[in-house]
Amino acid sequence: MTGTTVRPRGRVGESAHRIDGAPKTTGEYLYGGDLSAPGMLWGVTLRSPHPSARIRRIDTTRARAVPGVRALLTGDDVPGRKTYGLEISDQPVLATEVVRYEGEAVAIVAADTLAAAREALALVEVAYEPLEPLDDMEAALAPGAPQLHPFGNVLRHVHIDHGDLDAAVADVWVEGHYETGMQDQAPVGCEGGIAIPAADGGVDIYVATQWLHVDRQQIAPCLGLPEDKVRVTLAGVGGAFGSREDVSMQIHASLLALKTGLPVKMAYGREESFHGHVHRHPARIWLRYGATREGTLVAAEARIVLDGGAYASSSPAVLVTASTFAVGPYDVPNVRVEGTVVYTNNPPCGAMRGFGAPQVCFAHEALMDELAAQLCISPIELRMRNVVGPGSVLPTGQVLQGSTPVREVLERCRALPLPPREPSRGRDAFDYPGGATGVNRGEHVRRAVGFALGFKNVAYSEGFDDASEATVTLSQGPEGPVASILTSAVDYGQGLYTVLAQIARTELGVEEVVVLPATTDGVGSAGSTSASRQTTMTGGAVLEACKAVRAELDARGGDLAAGSITCTREFHHRPTTQFDEHGQGDIHTSIAFAAHRAVVDVDMELGVTRVVQIAAVHDIGHVVNPVGAEGQVEGGTAQGLGLALMEEIVTEHGVMKNPSFTDYLVPTVLDVPPIVTEFVEVAEKGAPYGVKGIGELPTVVAPAAIAAALRQATGRPLRRLPIRADDLLGLREDAQRPEWAPVPHVPGQQPVPEYAGLELGQQELMS
Amino acid sequence: MIVRLTVDGSERIADVDPATSLVALLRDALGITSVKNGCEQGECGSCTVTIDGAPACACLIPAVQADGADVRTATHASAVVRESFLDAGAVQCGYCTPGLVVTVEDLLERDPHPSEHAVREALSGNICRCTGYRKILDAVRLAEARLS
Repeated sequence: MTGTTVRPRGRVGESAHRIDGAPKTTGEYLYGGDLSAPGMLWGVTLRSPHPSARIRRIDTTRARAVPGVRALLTGDDVPGRKTYGLEISDQPVLATEVVRYEGEAVAIVAADTLAAAREALALVEVAYEPLEPLDDMEAALAPGAPQLHPFGNVLRHVHIDHGDLDAAVADVWVEGHYETGMQDQAPVGCEGGIAIPAADGGVDIYVATQWLHVDRQQIAPCLGLPEDKVRVTLAGVGGAFGSREDVSMQIHASLLALKTGLPVKMAYGREESFHGHVHRHPARIWLRYGATREGTLVAAEARIVLDGGAYASSSPAVLVTASTFAVGPYDVPNVRVEGTVVYTNNPPCGAMRGFGAPQVCFAHEALMDELAAQLCISPIELRMRNVVGPGSVLPTGQVLQGSTPVREVLERCRALPLPPREPSRGRDAFDYPGGATGVNRGEHVRRAVGFALGFKNVAYSEGFDDASEATVTLSQGPEGPVASILTSAVDYGQGLYTVLAQIARTELGVEEVVVLPATTDGVGSAGSTSASRQTTMTGGAVLEACKAVRAELDARGGDLAAGSITCTREFHHRPTTQFDEHGQGDIHTSIAFAAHRAVVDVDMELGVTRVVQIAAVHDIGHVVNPVGAEGQVEGGTAQGLGLALMEEIVTEHGVMKNPSFTDYLVPTVLDVPPIVTEFVEVAEKGAPYGVKGIGELPTVVAPAAIAAALRQATGRPLRRLPIRADDLLGLREDAQRPEWAPVPHVPGQQPVPEYAGLELGQQELMS
Repeated sequence: MIVRLTVDGSERIADVDPATSLVALLRDALGITSVKNGCEQGECGSCTVTIDGAPACACLIPAVQADGADVRTATHASAVVRESFLDAGAVQCGYCTPGLVVTVEDLLERDPHPSEHAVREALSGNICRCTGYRKILDAVRLAEARLS
């Protein structure tokens, strides 16, 4: 494979062309599902139709007889470890005794043609004994609930106790129950890749993923191979947003390839993609604030339950984000948070852009608005009185040491000009809620404005030794010096490779930069492309490697005649700590803030919404690539709009009702309004060029801002996302759940890792 | 059934099951991956091609219906449109881009100076999950200016 040569432009701070852009516009860029190899077979997956069932028997006789079938494997055929998982190895490669969610993989087939493989799949006879699915997160916590895993249903519990909540005296208390639905990442490119058996008995895997080394760490033990015989190389990635953090077809295709001795391609269609990756956790949140009459927060308490679905994925880490950011970016001296993530027979949930923060931002911003209304203070003024600043202490006891320009973010968002007023009658049909297909022409349309403020960590937390490695080589090319960059970091569309090239151009003064394909072979882990971390982490590693190359070049008097210069460097961020027993600790390394303002038109008769404009002001440290940073804000805001208004995987007794783009709606160009973006640049200490990641925060804050505007328009509490027409018209029961105990004690056992005597992170749970 | 068609100027022939869609014929039988496949239901527009000059989702067209047709993918689309996408920052993961390039080229051929509503209506069948569409709208205007 060859690298991509950058056009001679775009240093740090300048808008740069995408380094991989040109072949993407012609369609020649190859994504995981586009790959092929001579003599390859097609692999397909049999998935459970039941959300909970015992497997009594699997009969493959008829399936194996289909002409063209080369291999058919079930769980008994897995040669190594039978389970895998991102943080806890609890998910069977292929289910053998029980299935725990609808869509769980049960058997895999490789055949000469896709048609033959599918024909065989239809002939596999699985005798299921269906069980009543545990389809509700509260029910999973109830005494006597069926235990979905040997260690119970509580996947993790986080307890944060700060100050003295019980002694806190407030003039005013407000509280609310909030719910959010299950959102899908819905990258337009589905899962896909190819596994090719190697001469050394190992396997080469080309796949669209997010973290090559941790894929390998999960794949190799299941294949019964040492890690050095499993090489993972990145294919083109058609978006990810968290959906590719977990393994999908990697182990399955490798098993089939090793069994047949032939390359095996697997490419999911849209329906299988919905079943083949994790989703955003549905959340139930109870939150209360206590404040003085003057509007100073004195206490906050939160209870969060997340539905983790059937397997752990990254749920333990998502819970930490939700719990630590639960009470908002406000100075509150007395805080208690009880966060719990449970197993159910619903689809597994894990990473999605925002990672637990969008759910709690929706709740804390709704409640802040309610408190403002009760105190007769403007929502922005209330926030201004309480926002954190440098040196503030978070509920975890963490002292904010990094850049904390929260006031400036909020001030600038407030100051952005509003969109022009539009006449209530006589607009083009497109400019009314419902668009051209709407029937109203201005009757009952109400315009309203809402604000939201949010925050999210950058990079990994809780004491994880987060690192990325990069190798930079400077050599003499035919037309001048050329820098090449080797990392295992994934660019799934957000623009990392362009940023890396900008760094090399800036530091080495070269025009031509080659970013080599990302692989596990010959370079260390870059960590996942998640947690808004790669510009900091792999950007930091490339910056350090470039500086080392520069120093060597200077030592040689600036002459490359003696040969090329290669330097490898690893970047680590400021270390963090784990929680103590009170949920206290220096949990996050870097935190970014953002304020969004949403302007909406609501048709009060039909419950139809038109988002007119979003204004987004983001704390970003330093902008490396302005056009790319804007693109992150715009795209992330659009996904937030989807969560606010339309996106939800609907399950009924654990069965997914809408696994298609016909039934699961994502925003189109007709739904996304103009987005006005501004950046506040205050350098973050210890980060390359002072950057802070920008990937997730737009999706965290936008839903809360849109919900605030809709509340303003309708006067309704709107405590559940997504907000549907029925909610706007008061036709659906709200998320208010008075039967919930206000200060619950979470039943069940200790969090799983502690229960099993293990630390979080890449541990096998039950050996 | 035997299907003969022209794809991006090259003659192609394939023996397909009557139930095969055009996108499956192009991608799986002929290995032409410049047409992408995002949903198989005509919702995302990733597989947009022109068939005898008219844009369509290849996933909704039976392959046999394309017998004798002239099919074009983004590979042979207007360089002006493609470069406008790059210059406007309208490409992120790029999976939707080939379909969008075909759609935008068709729009500007039919309507060289489209209204904002005409642009949004023309693009409403193409889902982009990365960009939030704003820079795609910029790319359309850039291409419009460069083509006129």
